[in-house]
Amino acid sequence: MTQGAIEIENLSKEYPYGFLNLKKKMSLEGLTMRVEDGEVFGFLGPNGAGKSTTIKLLMRLIFPSAGTARILGKSIDDVSMHGSIGYLPEQPYFYDYLTAHEMLDYFARFHGLTANDRSARVAVMLKKVGLDTAKKIQLRKYSKGMLQRVGLAQAILHDPQVVVLDEPMSGLDPLGRREVRDIILELKREGRTVLFSTHVLSDAEMLCDRVGVIVGGKLRGMGAPGELLDMKAQGMEILFELSGVPGNLPLLTKATRTGERYRAQLPETELYEALDALKAASARILLVTQIKPTLEEYFMHLVEADRAQASAVEVSGK
Amino acid sequence: MRNVQTVAANTFREAVRDRVLYNLVFFALLMMGAAILVGQISIGIERDVIVSLGLTAISVIGIFIAIFLGVALVSREMDKRTLYALLAKPVKRWEFLLGKFFGLVMTLTVNTAAMAAGLYIALWSVNHALLKSDTYVLVAVYLILLKLALIVALALLFSCFTTPFLAILFTAGMYVAGLLAGDLRTVHGVELDPGTLRLMRGISYLLPNFENFNVMGAVVHGRGVSAAIAWQATLYAILYIAIVLMGAAVVFSRRNLK
Ligand SMILES: Nc1ncnc2c1ncn2[C@@H]1O[C@H](COP(=O)(O)OP(=O)(O)OP(=O)(O)O)[C@@H](O)[C@H]1O
Ligand SMILES: [Mg+2]
Repeated sequence: MTQGAIEIENLSKEYPYGFLNLKKKMSLEGLTMRVEDGEVFGFLGPNGAGKSTTIKLLMRLIFPSAGTARILGKSIDDVSMHGSIGYLPEQPYFYDYLTAHEMLDYFARFHGLTANDRSARVAVMLKKVGLDTAKKIQLRKYSKGMLQRVGLAQAILHDPQVVVLDEPMSGLDPLGRREVRDIILELKREGRTVLFSTHVLSDAEMLCDRVGVIVGGKLRGMGAPGELLDMKAQGMEILFELSGVPGNLPLLTKATRTGERYRAQLPETELYEALDALKAASARILLVTQIKPTLEEYFMHLVEADRAQASAVEVSGK
Repeated sequence: MRNVQTVAANTFREAVRDRVLYNLVFFALLMMGAAILVGQISIGIERDVIVSLGLTAISVIGIFIAIFLGVALVSREMDKRTLYALLAKPVKRWEFLLGKFFGLVMTLTVNTAAMAAGLYIALWSVNHALLKSDTYVLVAVYLILLKLALIVALALLFSCFTTPFLAILFTAGMYVAGLLAGDLRTVHGVELDPGTLRLMRGISYLLPNFENFNVMGAVVHGRGVSAAIAWQATLYAILYIAIVLMGAAVVFSRRNLK
């Protein structure tokens, strides 16, 4: 088996809480997954699902209660591997007494770049994230989106092999989102591995080779966006016009009406039967389309399933 | 070691930009006021007053900076989460800690050196000359600096496992306890049983003995300070600081950031 860029095995994290920290809350439960080399992997999940927890565990900012993980074949305990990974924290915050230029230069020093390389790299990065004109301004005067951009710049400053981004699009304007998407695609083209968490499902659908959906600290689904969507039952939608008094068409009970136009959804198996009936009633058929489930629906489906299960546990616990 | 240097340089830059060195203005005003005042009294103790006032101010101002900034060094970075991006670089946690320590010690060195220069100017202005015994003022300042470095190390240690507020209390408490360590050692209580006495003596040796760094009495009265005392204090400080920093590194290396 080839080695994945990120391999996570049974990773768990519990936080103590309550009186004297006696109670434990599982923020992440036995996460096992791998991100392949050169893959763009999207990490999805509702608020508090455990996405940032996973990422922080990978970055050694917090320590797991159980389990292990490897990045580029090296244990996450091995900090030397940090030379080839980049990380954008959630809601990044940096030394506010530095300018963007100084901050990037400071971080570049840890990668052992010479003074010339540093200034060249920093200039390229500032341009790439669109902060070229603001580079001499102290970060305390930066807006949220500008901070996000500097954060992205420091994450990819050193040409890392693996890039981990915690909600890279948050706080960005539409142009910024577009730029971040382009940067992620560029990283992919260069053969780098990208793991990013997001709430914006359309971004995930557009960018990711595979996504993982995490709900309540557990991984609930994983696969290519296309595959995942195929797993849900699909249907058809018919749009038609019917003038005059409609007869006793069975389809009409399912349809929503706007003037003379009707829109009806039905399972694929009933399509031809319905079309024949419409033809007999001399309806004008305008459009027949397949209903494509979006990642959003898939996501909602998983989240609702989790909620239902959680309340079932509560009930049976009583 | 390069990483330590980089962090230290940035810590110094932070202190400068946060206007920490502005305390020097206060010190300068104090020294000027004192020089003018004693110049008017002129009963032959001008020098002693200036030296003792100057050294006390250098020590007190330094202690405040060492405790408050020392505790803030790491806790502020954890609080504001500026540490997150940094620790994802190829930087070990102990390197970060050591860099922070040296950065603040560097700041304190510059600050203390500037105050010492101010003290010499004040001395010159009242005596219109510098005496040979005045060189010992420099030794006293050096020992104060060692003391400050030790306080920074303690502040760093406490801030690694408790809240900033408690860390400030603990560091200040350690300082006061360390000043009393000598007294604890020489207690001859008749009413105390030998077990308690031994325990007290044991504790007194564990506490940082801040009296080791105090040569003010001798320097104020123009007496010299033997090289042995300076060397002993230096060694003591280095050893104690090394142990405290190692403890801090152990605690910090397993600490979950929030
Ligand atoms: N320091 C902490 N102490 C206690 N509980 C924590 C701590 N940090 C996170 N948690 C808990 O862990 C769970 C997962 O949090 P996490 O930040 O990983 O969520 P997330 O998926 O990133 O959510 P979001 O989309 O809001 O960023 C949450 O329930 C949170 O309350
Ligand atoms: Mg998060």
